Amino acid sequence: MSAPPAVQTSRAPGAAFILKKALISALVALVLFSLMIGVRTDAGPDGQLTYWTRFGDLAAMVATVFGGSIVLELLRQWWGPVGTIRVVPPAVQSTLSLAGRLVAPVLLVFTFLVPVLFYNERYILDLGILVLTYVMLGWGLNVVVGLAGLLDLGYVAFYAVGAYSYALLATNFGLSFWVCLPLAGILAAFWGVLLGFPVLRLRGDYLAIVTLAFGEIIRLVIINWQSLTGGPNGVTGIPRPTLFGIPLTPGDDGLAAMLGIEFSPTHRVVFLFYLILALALLTNWVTIRLRRLPIGRAWEALREDEVACRALGINTTTTKLTAFATGAMFGGFAGAFFATRQGFISPESFTFHESALVLAIVVLGGMGSQLGVALAALAMIGGFELFRGLEQYRMLVFGMAMVLLMIWRPRGLIGHRAPTVFLKTNQAISSDLVKEGHG
Amino acid sequence: MDYFAQQLINGLVLGSIYGLIAIGYTMVYGIVGMINFAHGDIFMIGGFIALITFLILVSFGLTAIPLILLIVLLVSMAITALYGWTVERIAYRPLRHSFRLAPMLSAIGMSFVLTNFSQVAQGARVKPVPPIITGGHTLHEGPDGFVVQLSNIQIIVVITTVVLLALFTWLVSSTRLGRDMRACEQDQTMASLLGVDVDRTISMTFVIGAALAAVAGMMYLLYYGLVDFFMGFVAGIKAFTAAVLGGIGSLPGAMLGGLLIGLIETLWSAYFSVEYKDVAAFSILIVVLIFLPTGLLGRPEVEKV
Repeated sequence: MSAPPAVQTSRAPGAAFILKKALISALVALVLFSLMIGVRTDAGPDGQLTYWTRFGDLAAMVATVFGGSIVLELLRQWWGPVGTIRVVPPAVQSTLSLAGRLVAPVLLVFTFLVPVLFYNERYILDLGILVLTYVMLGWGLNVVVGLAGLLDLGYVAFYAVGAYSYALLATNFGLSFWVCLPLAGILAAFWGVLLGFPVLRLRGDYLAIVTLAFGEIIRLVIINWQSLTGGPNGVTGIPRPTLFGIPLTPGDDGLAAMLGIEFSPTHRVVFLFYLILALALLTNWVTIRLRRLPIGRAWEALREDEVACRALGINTTTTKLTAFATGAMFGGFAGAFFATRQGFISPESFTFHESALVLAIVVLGGMGSQLGVALAALAMIGGFELFRGLEQYRMLVFGMAMVLLMIWRPRGLIGHRAPTVFLKTNQAISSDLVKEGHG
Repeated sequence: MDYFAQQLINGLVLGSIYGLIAIGYTMVYGIVGMINFAHGDIFMIGGFIALITFLILVSFGLTAIPLILLIVLLVSMAITALYGWTVERIAYRPLRHSFRLAPMLSAIGMSFVLTNFSQVAQGARVKPVPPIITGGHTLHEGPDGFVVQLSNIQIIVVITTVVLLALFTWLVSSTRLGRDMRACEQDQTMASLLGVDVDRTISMTFVIGAALAAVAGMMYLLYYGLVDFFMGFVAGIKAFTAAVLGGIGSLPGAMLGGLLIGLIETLWSAYFSVEYKDVAAFSILIVVLIFLPTGLLGRPEVEKV
């Protein structure tokens, strides 16, 4: 609904206003970038620090900010004031809702077909595996953050525990991937419970810092416990996965020889693709099933109101611990998969950056929406890959995208979610009504 | 004993730097209720700006060290404060009334932006500077020949911290701005009804926090003689740990937490192992929070239904 015309004209600022705003922005940019961009420091050949000026770059940056500010202001005027409610015609609305219902099945079928469609494009297959790994991590963390409302900033710790469990068990004791996979999950879940105990009484941001500290502790221990983990050099020579004992190698006992087809290294990539797809779907299936069980409902109740939860006789201790353990277990599975796919792991792969990325996927996905998490993972990882050519600017663009996406959709891509329990009719609830939990 | 005294001095100096950063975290948390993940990177930017200003001044032939230090301090505080203001304006203000996790993620994104901005703008290599302030005093010479040293730079770090803390405490307790800040911390709606410009107060909080972080960045540069684009992350986490340890939202708590983290880190490195000093700091945080869930000086959270 648009505002009355009189109000709109008074609200639409003139050219002078836009120019003034752009000038202020340019001035701020000039001060901000004056030393950081205008002057470049580096150690000279004699190790002495020298500097030289780059006023051209500085001028270009300030001009960009000036132009960008004008464009932004014009866009804002064209879009109308914040909070304008746009009426969507019913025909478009019904098409949209139909499309919304079709997205998940279409996406699933497409994912199944990816190895067939892009059999010869190794790059796309690798990217697909990467995206699916993050989908799985996102779904795993979703149990902790999206369902139970416990803010976890150290999720990468469980990913690391899973990866190192498989890597060390396989290289030291020669255990196969299929034996190690459940073990990695169990060990990660165990660490999840271990983290869960001290944080039971903590809420909100105290929980955030403790989980963050926990993630850092795990990483630092991995770096420094050189006799076990190899320290910063990591673990090399991690065995590749087998199809239940049949290796995917060119040898006589390999899968290709058994099936009587010509060996190709792509077989292994396709196998890995379906393996992570199966693991991710398992995560999704378990989560959906758990949501219908008493424990899943207890998680969601805990997210909405912990005091009411306790008043209703829900044991918050076990509820929190199971949430941590379940989320950690899926992280452990994903870690074991990561180790077997890479064949080499080092502490470099398990930094806070990964935790932040997975958390961003969950929040951008809409906190609790399974489809949303998958779409967010696709958007974040796929988008990140698009900027591969930009090399050093990649992280800069990634950070900016994170800020802009949050401002654009603070509630995530999928703003609605289906209720787990309903009285008479199943209505989608706007996520504005869903609480984020206090830890 | 002498060895212990020396470590105590080192720990207190390091703790002062952490404390200065921690104040920024705790202030922002108290007033907006969000973890400003970009604060560690603001500290890093402060260090860089101090370095660049220093280089320029020296190349202009300025030799009076106190004058150089004063100019560097003021320039670095001013520009870094503007960074703090801009970050709040771009990334946090649009999300002011959004749900809790949105500004936090926006802050994490902003932290990536700042880290990589300085990497792109100034290069990835560590920037060393020759020691600017040299000399020191021998406090005590033990019979075994071990000397307890108090260097001039350590004195400067501690004195600057104490002066700034006094200034800052005065600002919060007895100026108009401080009163506005405390009002906004308690109830933003009520404060705005009573004529407090909430937006401006929050902006000022970020500006002051960033200026203190810039001082910490400059002290870090003077004390360790180097800056690099990645130093904000570790220092930020430590300072945040300090803020939580002291009880987030409490200003004396932030300083106390900073000193404790500095001491734990130094003493652990001195007596046990350097590699595990961060593990020790984080473990002690976890242990303290088990017994005091709201930190050492934090107010117990009242649960409203």
